[in-house]
Amino acid sequence: MTNMINATINGVPVEVAPGTTILDAARKVHVKIPTLCKHPDLEATGACGICIVKVKNTGKMLRSCCTPIDEGMDILTETPEIVEVRRGVLELTLSRHPNECLTCLRNQNCELQALAADFGMTGSDLPNVVPDLPLDTSTRSIVLDPRKCVLCGRCITVCQQHQNVWALSFLNRGFKTRIAAAGDIPLADSPCVRCGQCSAHCPTGAIVEYDETVDVWNKLQDPDAYCVVQIAPAVRVAVGEAFGFPIGANLTGKIYASLRRMGFKAVFDTNFGADLTIIEEASEFKSRLLDGTGALPLITSCCPGWVDFMEKFHGDMIDHFSSCKSPHEMVGALSKTYYAHKMGIDPAKVFVVSVMPCTAKKSEIIRSKEMSSSGYQDVDVSLTTREFARMIKQSGIDFVSIPEEQPDHMLGAYTGAGTIFGATGGVMEAALRTAHYYVTGHDAPRVDFEMTRGLEGVKEGRLTVAGKEIRVAVAHGLANVEEVLEKVRAAREAGEEVPYHFIEVMACAGGCVGGGGQPYGATNELRSKRAAGLYQEDQAGLWRCSHHNPYIKQLYADFLGEIGGHEAHELLHTSYQVLPEYKR
Amino acid sequence: MTDDTAVDDVEIEEAPEDEIIVLAQKWKKKRGSLIMALHELQGRLGYVPRESAMKLGREMGVPLANIYEVLTFYNYFKLESPGKYIISVCTGTACHIKGSPKLLHGIEDELGIKEGESTPDGEYHLQGVRCLGCCGLAPLASVNGKVYGKQDVTNAHGLLEQVKQDQPMHVAAEATDAE
Repeated sequence: MTNMINATINGVPVEVAPGTTILDAARKVHVKIPTLCKHPDLEATGACGICIVKVKNTGKMLRSCCTPIDEGMDILTETPEIVEVRRGVLELTLSRHPNECLTCLRNQNCELQALAADFGMTGSDLPNVVPDLPLDTSTRSIVLDPRKCVLCGRCITVCQQHQNVWALSFLNRGFKTRIAAAGDIPLADSPCVRCGQCSAHCPTGAIVEYDETVDVWNKLQDPDAYCVVQIAPAVRVAVGEAFGFPIGANLTGKIYASLRRMGFKAVFDTNFGADLTIIEEASEFKSRLLDGTGALPLITSCCPGWVDFMEKFHGDMIDHFSSCKSPHEMVGALSKTYYAHKMGIDPAKVFVVSVMPCTAKKSEIIRSKEMSSSGYQDVDVSLTTREFARMIKQSGIDFVSIPEEQPDHMLGAYTGAGTIFGATGGVMEAALRTAHYYVTGHDAPRVDFEMTRGLEGVKEGRLTVAGKEIRVAVAHGLANVEEVLEKVRAAREAGEEVPYHFIEVMACAGGCVGGGGQPYGATNELRSKRAAGLYQEDQAGLWRCSHHNPYIKQLYADFLGEIGGHEAHELLHTSYQVLPEYKR
Repeated sequence: MTDDTAVDDVEIEEAPEDEIIVLAQKWKKKRGSLIMALHELQGRLGYVPRESAMKLGREMGVPLANIYEVLTFYNYFKLESPGKYIISVCTGTACHIKGSPKLLHGIEDELGIKEGESTPDGEYHLQGVRCLGCCGLAPLASVNGKVYGKQDVTNAHGLLEQVKQDQPMHVAAEATDAE
């Protein structure tokens, strides 16, 4: 065992491993040091100074987020002097922050506001000097308001280091420092893939989702509109956080009930679309594997941030991409064809809303003409989980006590395979369950493929199906993709056998449960708990393989015809093109 | 991008784009050398145009975000063509007392630009500078290195006329450049 560090925090002895920061050591003895720029996901930059503590032995004031605790240190975290310094930092931060809390999307959910409240910040003698900087709404997915930026740098770290997108950076220096899209252009013209991790990590309202709740409310009031809705897998285990439920609580039934109360005429589930994606994608995999109908490895394409990233940075991988649309696009297309036809509704009147953990879905719905395969735009509005939580609150629905309801089964019944789409590795696991069936003609004796689960950045696994070894890789967090793709390229150049047959990629760490549109405060612990909520539902479900979904079978029998057939291709598949990183 | 490098190499002397490739090759392998490459680029062009920054980034494998962090951090780097007449109005103490802010504002009004900007035609660039070391001539401006001392701060128009008269070669140069 390595030598442990022994120190004291507020008189309480603490023993930690070498390298542990004062901030983390304090947590161990139940002392919460306030932070602003530090995020548990990200390396400390020490930008803000809120987390300052005093070393009694030397009298030095140190930033606890980026200072490792030393042997024998005697640390004080809360003295009048320290509180005064923290108040000073806050006063300076607030002096260049707009006083717009009441009209900010982060109202009551803002880390700066919470600190100001905790420290009882009232008036200040300092003038309020807010930089005059324009709003950037160009992506219509993410809104940048650099005036509200506290220059913590979290968005930049996550965009550059974790996502490897490099759409955001600081510009200028000193008082003129500001966040901006790379090269000071509109964000929509930058390499931004709309993953929204910047917004999920922002402590204030400087980066938020593009709010479209008003459009949805208006449509719900429109007597000519037939509004239908679907919810993504990851939404059900996260929206409860906005209502005080334990993290990871699965609230599917309450969500259905709330959506009906809001006025949606049909409540579907994207999990159904996920099952359908698996039917098409596993069949695509089988024919590429056995009949050589396309390039291997097959790479999943249900994550729009990843699709955008691939089109901008890895255009040489287009042939490997599954042509399957993402699940919510499939449900959208079927709402305006299959469902409208069966119900005798004019598809022109059907208005499809999807509730997603994701900001990139807002861009996906208009990414190409294939997103209008029904003859209309297949999904009309895509809301994030955060917008959805606000809508529940606005509607006066008592979410905590509302009884659970069922979805409209035609496009709402699903299997556990569809549910786990919301976690990293879930798409792969679901696909393997059905691919096994397609290749061998029977279900795998055990449908749990644990190798795909968990928060490791890149997961690899192999299994034998009908005497053939299948190698798979799962990556999440876009920076982790490079390693996997490099192996594919190296093998291709060397003319060697492919390192993998099947690759799953999700742009956000943890997959959709950690999506850019999810409730704030995601850490790995929280991502794991949300994912656990999905895996529990899968374990408990009657059906665990997409090909067991009777409503999917009915869909093919009544409407689509052959799996991968003409109708399926028209409605459920798409294509990709190389995009420039910069539009200007 | 990487595939056409070989073809471009043949025409190094012709297009400035290929100079960037040479520049990138020169600095690429040395760690932390982005700033040197940008220095050299600005030395050649007088500023760092966006297209050149993008090209340099691609060749050196440095994201544009990174390049702009450097370019905007240091005042030395210019993102826009500094203009043919670079007008520096002294805002040092002596000039300030003698009314140089008024002269600066007057020139701003005459040219329709703010301090630190260039006219859309690229003809003029206006900047405030600290003491030029000839306070005896306050208030003063310098244009392309030539000092215009003891200015009437209410007559920015007169100063600009004087500059055009003194430095007509810029007009001629501009005519040829434009063609």
